[in-house]
Amino acid sequence: MAQAGDAAVVPVSPEAPPAARRSRPALGSGFKTPLSHRIGERVIHVMAFGAIAAIVLIFVFIAKEALPLFWETDAQDEIGGLSALFMPRTWPGHVEAAYLWQPVGTIRKLNLVPLFLGTLRVTVLSMMISVPVALAAAIYVSQYAPRRAREILKPAIELLASIPSVVLGFFALVVLASLLQDAFGLTYRLNALVAAVGLSLAVIPLIFTIAEDALRAVPADLQAAALALGARKHQVVTRVVLPAALPGIAASVILGFGRAVGETMVVLMASGNAAVMDIFSPGSSARTVTATIASELGEATQGDAHWRVLFLLGTILFIVTFVLNRVGASVVERLHRRLTASAR
Amino acid sequence: MAKNRTSAVLLALAATASILVGCSGGHGSSEAEPQGSGADPSAPTGRGATLSLKGSDTMVILAQRFAEGYMHGHPGTTIQVSGGGSGTGISALIDGTTDVADSSRPISERERGDLRTRRHVEAHETRVALDALAVYVNEASTVPSLSLTQLSGIYRGEIHNWSEVGGPDAPIVLYSRENNSGTYAYFKEHVLGGGDFAAEAQTLPGTAAVINAVSHDPNGIGYGGIGYAEGVRVLPVSADGEPIPPTLENAVSGRYPISRFLFMYTAGEPTGAVADLLAWAVTPEGQALVTEAGYYPLPTDAPATSPVAPEGAAVRVPPEPAAH
Repeated sequence: MAQAGDAAVVPVSPEAPPAARRSRPALGSGFKTPLSHRIGERVIHVMAFGAIAAIVLIFVFIAKEALPLFWETDAQDEIGGLSALFMPRTWPGHVEAAYLWQPVGTIRKLNLVPLFLGTLRVTVLSMMISVPVALAAAIYVSQYAPRRAREILKPAIELLASIPSVVLGFFALVVLASLLQDAFGLTYRLNALVAAVGLSLAVIPLIFTIAEDALRAVPADLQAAALALGARKHQVVTRVVLPAALPGIAASVILGFGRAVGETMVVLMASGNAAVMDIFSPGSSARTVTATIASELGEATQGDAHWRVLFLLGTILFIVTFVLNRVGASVVERLHRRLTASAR
Repeated sequence: MAKNRTSAVLLALAATASILVGCSGGHGSSEAEPQGSGADPSAPTGRGATLSLKGSDTMVILAQRFAEGYMHGHPGTTIQVSGGGSGTGISALIDGTTDVADSSRPISERERGDLRTRRHVEAHETRVALDALAVYVNEASTVPSLSLTQLSGIYRGEIHNWSEVGGPDAPIVLYSRENNSGTYAYFKEHVLGGGDFAAEAQTLPGTAAVINAVSHDPNGIGYGGIGYAEGVRVLPVSADGEPIPPTLENAVSGRYPISRFLFMYTAGEPTGAVADLLAWAVTPEGQALVTEAGYYPLPTDAPATSPVAPEGAAVRVPPEPAAH
């Protein structure tokens, strides 16, 4: 058995014996790399890893400000115990137990639930608007649009992404708010819906770009095969292209969600920032986690309970967006592997 | 070739240096500033001094006028004015990142204590203007006036409809300020009696934003400095008798129930250019700018500056009715 195996292996490398190959000098080894080049390489190497260091350091420093909340008893006393962060409580001067975010006063009421609900409400609303629009646009541009139209549409939609979010916020505050109030007869001029529409303008280009890339990456021979079997165009799109691109589309939605959760300026300007306990109503105001951090951190005294709770919010936000981005990226990788495998 | 090499080395060195500087700068400044910036800027007298005024959003337009007026008379002096809210300004004063904190509320005992422990000085207070805290409604609103009790009920979320206070049958939309605002703190203490704002109250970043919102909202109500009241109707407010409009006479006499002083705080006795600026602000020339900015000049009989005042209560707004 062993004999036969050896005999089979030997003829595979007949002309170039391994020893001869090894003795040949490695490419470029006769030259000495100049010192400056080596230093330059080291520097860009450090810079590349600096990005990772930055992420780690940001996380460490944010968490470092937040974590003492869990063992500092005087900070806990100031907010009425850790449970007050998440559970309703009957505060003095109030009749029934409530989730309250009232960080200023003799008794600080720092319940995070209204802020989470505010973020969730604005984000989900904006996803309900931006996902259909962005996906429809991506399907049209990648599958149906003639070349000329695609060349105009794709850069135009992606140009939306370059608008600073403060400009989007301003637009939402001044134009959208009045428009939507008149259209729907809303009591509150600034509300979750206005913020969500403004936010959609920031999220749509992101979802569109990634989804469009995913749709276009579906191998042409799959579509050709389907067409050859007699499928109509809409059947090819809905039964071949969309399923094949599904992981990429899912990733685009996840990344869009992450962007919407983390966006600050638009919601700060357009949502009205009232910390109400409300899950379903699009017409009432909402206070998001990001807007709360942005507007209150300047005033919080360094190291007190309010300060620590704001950093806790930041830590939670960091983890949520980080996880969402990782999930999105790994879904894209899976799509890539699946498509390259099926193409062979 | 030689040129290439040199530039590569230079690039590498520059990059490394900037990283090092960036790192050490971040650490150094946070340590150095509290001591450094507080002592220095008051030292240069007059010419060439750079001052920063930070704090109350209500007072930004006023501080801006002061800065322009003072710089006009003292070429070479640069004054930077920024807002952010009274709390933000006083925090900056404690941290030593501003020379003067503008505040639309008296400094709290806690903040005085922080200043004492962090900077080892007492807060020095200068009253620079009088402000009537105005209650704004939309110009289309038919509500004639509000009492303090009604106002409190509205902002606490106990009164939801304009019909309950003599208006049409329409929901009341509350506009409030972010909680770093001195106006927020003043309103909370003097109108709500320290109670909480209703959760439905929308918090807006600045009096101008409140004015903008109320002017667009027929059911809206807001509050803020009298200096901003344009495009909205200002409601007369009653303590327990007749409704009083927030005019100069009523603010000075104390008949208007929610008038207040606007303050500028320094860490310790002001010296140098800061002292000069604050002294100038209360002269007739400075007070003329107060009127121009839409606020009320200080009553002539009230002392403008308070000496080092250990008790917060001693420097509270005096023209306050006994009603609350």
